Amino acid sequence: MDAPNSLVLAIIGVAMMLAGYFLYSKFLAKKVYKLNAEFKTPSHEFSDGVDFVPTNKYILWGHHFTSVAGAAPIVGPAVAVIWGWFPAFLWVTLGTVFLAGMHDLGAMWASVRNKGQSIGTLSGRYIGARGRNLFLVVIFLLLLMVVAAFAVVISGLLVDQPGAVIPTWGALVVALLVGQAIYRLKWNLLAVTVAGVIALYALILLGDRYPVELPESILGMSPQGFWIITLFVYAAIASVLPVWVLLQPRDYINGIQLFIGLGILYGSVMLATPTLVAPAWNDNVPADTPSIVPLLFVTIACGAISGFHGTVSSGTSSKQLARETDARFVGYFGAVGEGLLALGAIIACAAGFRTLADWEAVYDSFSSGGVGVFVQGGGAIVNNGLGIPESLSATILATMAVLFAATTMDTGVRLKRYVVQEIGQLAGFRLGTVSATLITVVIALALTFSQGGDGSGGMLIWPLFGTTNQLLAALTLSIVTIMLIRKGRPYLPVLLPAAFVMIMAGSAAVVQLGGFYRDGEWLLLAIDVVIIIAAVWVMVESIIAMGQAFKEKKEPEDDELLTEDQKFPLDTT
Amino acid sequence: MSRELMSLFNQLSRGLREFYVAPYRRVFARAQRDEEDLFMMLVLSEALGVPNPASGATLELLPEMLDRMHHWHLRQGLDHSPIDGLSCC
Repeated sequence: MDAPNSLVLAIIGVAMMLAGYFLYSKFLAKKVYKLNAEFKTPSHEFSDGVDFVPTNKYILWGHHFTSVAGAAPIVGPAVAVIWGWFPAFLWVTLGTVFLAGMHDLGAMWASVRNKGQSIGTLSGRYIGARGRNLFLVVIFLLLLMVVAAFAVVISGLLVDQPGAVIPTWGALVVALLVGQAIYRLKWNLLAVTVAGVIALYALILLGDRYPVELPESILGMSPQGFWIITLFVYAAIASVLPVWVLLQPRDYINGIQLFIGLGILYGSVMLATPTLVAPAWNDNVPADTPSIVPLLFVTIACGAISGFHGTVSSGTSSKQLARETDARFVGYFGAVGEGLLALGAIIACAAGFRTLADWEAVYDSFSSGGVGVFVQGGGAIVNNGLGIPESLSATILATMAVLFAATTMDTGVRLKRYVVQEIGQLAGFRLGTVSATLITVVIALALTFSQGGDGSGGMLIWPLFGTTNQLLAALTLSIVTIMLIRKGRPYLPVLLPAAFVMIMAGSAAVVQLGGFYRDGEWLLLAIDVVIIIAAVWVMVESIIAMGQAFKEKKEPEDDELLTEDQKFPLDTT
Repeated sequence: MSRELMSLFNQLSRGLREFYVAPYRRVFARAQRDEEDLFMMLVLSEALGVPNPASGATLELLPEMLDRMHHWHLRQGLDHSPIDGLSCC
C-alpha cells in the first residue's frame, strides 16, 4: 500500500475530534454532568471583580486553551512517533475525545458545583485530609519535572537552531516594551498587539540571518549546559519581577502566537499535502526503545489527557464561567484545541521527511525524538506549503516552541516558589521570595544536571513527567466519579478512563523503575519510587471513597435541590 | 456600514483587553492589597508603637480606613484591633 497522505490523516483526526465535541460532549453534558443553564455559577454568586468574574465563553476558551497548551503537546507526540504514527494518532484522537475532553469538562463541572473550589480542595473534601496532602505531593513533583524537562528542551533547541537565539531573547525585550506601552503609555491594545507580533517576526528574520552559535566550551560548560544555567537565571528573575513588567505581556503575545502558529502549521499541511513517510507501526524500533504499552500512554500526556488541565479547569476557568452550559465549549473544546496541536506535531514528525531512511536516521534512538524533530519536519512542511525558506521555517517553529516552553518554565518556577514557601511554613520557617526562589532553582538544576553536565539525558525525565501528569488526571477523575456515584448518575464514562489511565501510569512507573536502576539514575529512581507510592495511595484512597459513596444514601438530583435563589434566569446576561 | 465596522472593532478591542487582563487579575488585586496594608500600617503606626512624625495627618485618615481595619488586622495575625479605643470585633 502506498503511504497515506498527511492531509487525509489531518482531516480524519479533525473530524473525529469535532464529532467528539458535537456528539460525545453533548452526551456528557446531558446525561452525566447534567449541565443546567439556569444554575447560578460561582462567577455570579461570588462575583468580586477579581477571581469570580462572569466571562464571555469565547474569551474564556481563549484563556483556558492558551493556559493549558504549551510545548508539552508538541514534545510528547514528537517522541512517541518512534513507535509509528498510527498508535500516536489513535491515542491523541481517542484520548482527546474520550479522556481529555471528558476530564477537563468534568473537573470544571465538579468545581462549579462546589463554589468554584480547586481540585486540591475537592480532594480534601471527597477523599479526606490525606487526599489533600497527596495532591500537594503530586503537584510538587509535577512542577519540579516540568521545569527541568523544559529547560532541557529549550537549551537543546537553542543549540540545534542557532537562528532561534536572537528571537528567543529578543521576545523578552518585545514583551517588556509591550508592558510599558500598555501600562505607562496607555496605547491602544490592538495597535500594540499588531506591532508586537510584527516585531517578533522581524526578530525571527534577524535571528535566521544572524544565527548565534556558542563555542564548544563556554565558561567551562558545554553550550547546552550554559543555556540551561542562563535559562534558570532568567526564570528566577522573571518569576520575582512584578507580573505586569514581563510575564503578563509575554503570556499575551504567546497566546496570540499560539493561534498564528497553529494556522501556519495546518495551512502548510493543507497546501503541501506531504506523504507520511514514517511507518504506521514501526517494527524496526531502535534497540533502546521501551515497550509501547504502557510507555506510549505517558509519553503523550498533554494532547491525550493531562492532569494539569484539571488544575486550570478548576482553579481559574470555573470561577469565570458565566453559564454552566458554557463548560462544554470551554472545557471540552479547550481539550480539542490541544488535541489539534498534538495532531499537528504528529504530522510534522511523520511527514516532514523525504524518505523512510531519512526518517529512520533521525529516530535512531528513543532519546533522539523530541521537539527538534518537530522543528525539522515541520520546517520542511512549512517550506513546501508556504514557500518560506527551510531554515526560516525551522526558525519560526523553533522560536514558537521555545517561547511556549519558556512560558511554562517560568510560570512553573513561580508556582513552585509558592509550594516551597508553603512547605517552609509547615516546617516552621518563613522563607522570603528570594530565598524560596533560590531553593526552587537549585532543586530543579540538580535534577536537570543529574543526568550529565550538558543535560543530554534530559528526555529521561519526559516519560516520568507524563506519568505524574496522568496520576494527577486519575486523581481528578476519581473525585468526579465519587461525585457521580453519590448522585446516582452514570459513572462508567468517567470511571473506566480513570482506571485505564491509572493502570497505564502505574505500570509505566514500574517499567521505568527498572530502567533507572540499570542506568544508575538514583535521583530519578527516588522520584519514581515516590510516584509509585503516590499512585498506590491514590488508588487505595479512591477505591475506599468510592465504596463509601456506593453505600451511602443517594443525594437528590441537583435540579431538585435548585432553589429559586440559586437560579440565574436564562434571559439575564 | 462604517458604524458596524466600528462596533466590530470595539468588540475586538474589548475582547483583546479581557484576554490581556483576566489571567493576572488576582495577582494585581493581591499586590494592591499589600500596598494598602503597608499604608494602613503607616496610618496606625503610633498605635503599634512606632513614632510617626506625621501622626497629625494620618490621624485624620483614620475614619476613612476603619472599614478595612477588621480584615487588615486579621490578615496581619492580630486577633483583636490594635487600637484600644477602636474596637471593630
